[in-house]
Amino acid sequence: MTTTDDLPQPEGAADVIQTEYQIGQDNIKGSVGPFGLDIHNPVFLVSGLSIVAFVVLTLALQNETEAWFNALRNALTGNLAWFFLGSANVFVVLCLFLIVTPLGKVRLGGENATPDYSYTGWFAMLFAAGMGIGLMFYGVSEPISHYASSFAEGAGGPDSWAPLGGAAGDAEASIRLGMAATIFHWGLHPWAIYAIVALALALFSYNKGLPLTMRSIFYPIFGDAVWGWTGHIIDILAVFATLFGLATSLGFGAEQANAGLNYLFGLPATDLSKVLLIIGITGVALLSVMAGLDAGVKRLSEINMGLAALLLIFVIVVGPTVAILTGFFENLLAYAEYLIPLSNPVGRSDANFSQGWTAFYWAWWISWSPFVGMFIARVSRGRTVREFIICVLLIPSLVCVLWMTVFGGTAIQQIVQTGFQGVVDASLELKLFAMLDQLPLAGITSFVGIVLVIVFFVTSSDSGSLVIDTITAGGKTNAPTPQRVFWCIFEGLVAITLLLGGGLGALQAMAVSTGLPFTIVLLGACYAIVKGLQSERAIMTK
Amino acid sequence: MYRNIAVPVDLEHVDRLEKALSTAADLANHYNAKVCYIGVTTVQPSALGHTPEEYAQKLAAFGRDQAAKHGIEVTTLARAAHDLPVDLDKILLDAISDAEADAVVMASHVPGLADHFFASNAGTVASESKVSVFVIR
Repeated sequence: MTTTDDLPQPEGAADVIQTEYQIGQDNIKGSVGPFGLDIHNPVFLVSGLSIVAFVVLTLALQNETEAWFNALRNALTGNLAWFFLGSANVFVVLCLFLIVTPLGKVRLGGENATPDYSYTGWFAMLFAAGMGIGLMFYGVSEPISHYASSFAEGAGGPDSWAPLGGAAGDAEASIRLGMAATIFHWGLHPWAIYAIVALALALFSYNKGLPLTMRSIFYPIFGDAVWGWTGHIIDILAVFATLFGLATSLGFGAEQANAGLNYLFGLPATDLSKVLLIIGITGVALLSVMAGLDAGVKRLSEINMGLAALLLIFVIVVGPTVAILTGFFENLLAYAEYLIPLSNPVGRSDANFSQGWTAFYWAWWISWSPFVGMFIARVSRGRTVREFIICVLLIPSLVCVLWMTVFGGTAIQQIVQTGFQGVVDASLELKLFAMLDQLPLAGITSFVGIVLVIVFFVTSSDSGSLVIDTITAGGKTNAPTPQRVFWCIFEGLVAITLLLGGGLGALQAMAVSTGLPFTIVLLGACYAIVKGLQSERAIMTK
Repeated sequence: MYRNIAVPVDLEHVDRLEKALSTAADLANHYNAKVCYIGVTTVQPSALGHTPEEYAQKLAAFGRDQAAKHGIEVTTLARAAHDLPVDLDKILLDAISDAEADAVVMASHVPGLADHFFASNAGTVASESKVSVFVIR
């Protein structure tokens, strides 16, 4: 790492890296028709063309690709579960370590930098990008699923999906285990995955002066080779994972939103409705993209956070209030109690759970991490590392404990206390509505639920386009706006094509499979973060 | 008539600015006015600097070159944006006001189809600025 005193530091002391590489030097500039163009060669072209090729291949060989990609994903999460679980533990431990060591004092953007965004705006964007949609869909279903598998008669047997062998016939213990397992999948580990990518990108961009793109993380390891094909491949893979992750979840999301609207308003569950939903979501996302980060995605994220908070408070107040409030602390304790056994990567007797659930989740979160990490990095300038990790790791984890307690806990209460089976019988996308149906004002709260889901899709589509555009412009954040518009529309088109032609499942399995190479990228990022922060501290204390 | 002429500049495309720069310098010489070059960069590293501070230095150097070339008195004003392509107009308008400029000379492209979808920066500044705006094509 060569540094020079000739370069002006950002706001206050920072260890800026001097490289021969100039951001945008490999870019092609010009125009397509009336629209300006500033794209990285070859990242833009290779990722764009290979995405089209994969879509065509999937449509042409639907059965084969679905079987193949599912087998690939299952082989990875089955055979390499130890690697995913072990790596995720490394990420959590490193984050916690950074909070308590002096390295946590380093500020992103230089010693005297001030935060670009207020806590409210920052948090809202973290949640919207990180797991907004997931919390809506799995907040009710996952706790029920783990509770049921733990409580079932055969829990702990070879066919059981129960975490840690379950607690057959013991309702109390099954609730504790079910909630702990759910929180485990939505708590420290996923947020640590995001925090590592985001911190590495923010550090190497704001303090070291490297372009805001995935390859920069590897500068301490590969040096100037990251500007060549090594870096191209990392960036192309990031574009791939992000676009397919977003497009397939948009496709599935349209199916789920359609089911919800059918349940609430009788909207026919047809392909036309789903395509119109995707067009609608993409259309609103386009408006948001053109309104920019502050007026678009930030504002929508804040509105959504407010709505989600209202829904949460409503369920606490009209639901089993005391059980929820005591449940919050009980679940937190259960999480603490089972955290170590659940994160143990070797010698597990609950292979179905640790491979089928945990390793799958970790691969999934990791495949999302280039997108979410890039976006978090984009909005986190001016925070200290300590503040960053507390706010990206600890507080979101606590919010997830609360969310799961309120939504999952209420649903489990309905099953255990009143014997209500509606939530169990409902399909995945309708479980939230079945739970809300048992509470007052169900029509209004279900409508709020649908709005939340749709707006979370809009913010994902918007922030995803921003991220893909930045990567395919070689880390430039000032590429012409039509490029973002292109990626936003492209994502909608891929979603519609796969929805109509089939192949959503296949390409989602492929997106999740990118979790493996990115786990290696993240382990490299851990090394880079420690090296990078050490040099920052050295400058600060000089 | 004018005391302080603001000239928004895009340092990535200085070659496209020549006409606007000369016009601003001529006006400055004619009215004995100062010229303030306004530049906006991203908070992230860009082609023009590892940090916004490096960009500000480059803008200042650009200003010194112009001062020597045209024999005018210049100042520079560098700003950093969260989302430059979208927020540019608002930042320019604020900077023009902060620079206490009483005229703006700004380069623009020949309007085309794209302007129906994405408003041109000079167009927006001309319609929203409180001071006289000379749009140079």
